[in-house]
Amino acid sequence: MHEVSLMQEAVRLALESAQAAGAQHIHRLALRVGALSGAVPDALRFAFPLVCAGTIAQGATLDIESVPAAGWCGYCQAEYRCEDYLSECPRCRQISAELRRGTELELAAVEVS
Amino acid sequence: MDGQATSGGGGPAPHPRDHDHAAEPAQAHAHGAGAESDAAAAHQTLPVRRSILEKNERLAERNRGFFRAKGLLVLNVLSAPGSGKTTLIRKTAEALAQGLRVGVIVGDLATDNDAARLRAAGLPVVQITTGTVCHLEAEMVARAARQLDLDALDVLIIENVGNLVCPAAYDLGEDLRVVLMSVTEGEDKPLKYPPMFHSADVALITKIDLAAAAGFDRAQALANLHRISHHAAVFEVSAKTGQGMPLWLDYVAQQRQSVRGSTSG
Ligand SMILES: Nc1nc2c(ncn2[C@@H]2O[C@H](COP(=O)(O)OP(=O)(O)OP(=O)(O)O)[C@@H](O)[C@H]2O)c(=O)[nH]1
Ligand SMILES: [Mg+2]
Ligand SMILES: [Zn+2]
Repeated sequence: MHEVSLMQEAVRLALESAQAAGAQHIHRLALRVGALSGAVPDALRFAFPLVCAGTIAQGATLDIESVPAAGWCGYCQAEYRCEDYLSECPRCRQISAELRRGTELELAAVEVS
Repeated sequence: MDGQATSGGGGPAPHPRDHDHAAEPAQAHAHGAGAESDAAAAHQTLPVRRSILEKNERLAERNRGFFRAKGLLVLNVLSAPGSGKTTLIRKTAEALAQGLRVGVIVGDLATDNDAARLRAAGLPVVQITTGTVCHLEAEMVARAARQLDLDALDVLIIENVGNLVCPAAYDLGEDLRVVLMSVTEGEDKPLKYPPMFHSADVALITKIDLAAAAGFDRAQALANLHRISHHAAVFEVSAKTGQGMPLWLDYVAQQRQSVRGSTSG
């Protein structure tokens, strides 16, 4: 998997935000990771300190919010929890492949000083 | 699987500007050498809300615009290692050579064997050695494309790194995502790699000359493909015997027409 490159990009975005705010240190990164994003949270955590080393984010903590996947049923016009790309609407049993949530890979916030 | 946020006990309470740091005991933040007193180092939470893939998506859109302006049809060819990407690309380029000029960008972890095979077939080829990176990114493709004379091409085929997981998340600026599965890999490939097969514009079942020997259940494979890759055009081919190739070749030529039509129109 490519969690190292994902983490590199997350830290790059964090550094950009910190710089724009004139901050000296980054203390925390908050990521949102969808259940179907393909990224493995433990691998992201493993990559995190490696990528932060030597930057103003060195020693920062990493929060990962896991976003469960949600499918959308066009017949019921309703959302439902699902585990996969393809899922069955619990109301009408139609198979749907329309995801509303679950593929997120987002830097939500950074805590700086 | 994974529960919730791992750290930060008190949760991400919005930090007021005059946040009283002393009131928050034992924050284990490693301040650098010149850090001021605790009171001065008020923490602040900046909302960011940016996608980690945003940069690649921006560069991919730039590639797409650039390729469109040149009237090129661009294919991103993806599969597990050894499903037949290089062979299919070579046969496709050779068969199209009468009417269409094809160039190739090949991504490979280490070797340049594939590039050499394609070059030997007389094709303009640029090799991207990705090293430890398990997928191609839009930026790599932009750099490689500069080494090709795009004005002398009608179709650009990108052979991605043999991998059904990582490349799924990276748009390269292609017109069509072409995902291969060979008959020797089993019928349930699409079920095992739904993000990749779901994102396919074209799904190719390859090496059909081996179907009988491999005990390939064609109906089951097609059913699986139609479930996961429900928007995809499906073709069954053997690059070795040429079986099924004409339909695929017609399709590529047609797609190239419609890309060109949208440019000159
Ligand atoms: N029988 C048969 N063999 C094929 C066919 N297409 C490819 N092969 C063989 O399958 C093997 C792998 O083919 P490649 O074209 O190198 O596959 P690839 O997907 O480019 O492989 P990587 O780049 O290593 O991921 C080679 O030995 C090919 O000769 C086909 O249509 N029929
Ligand atoms: Mg190859
Ligand atoms: Zn429903």
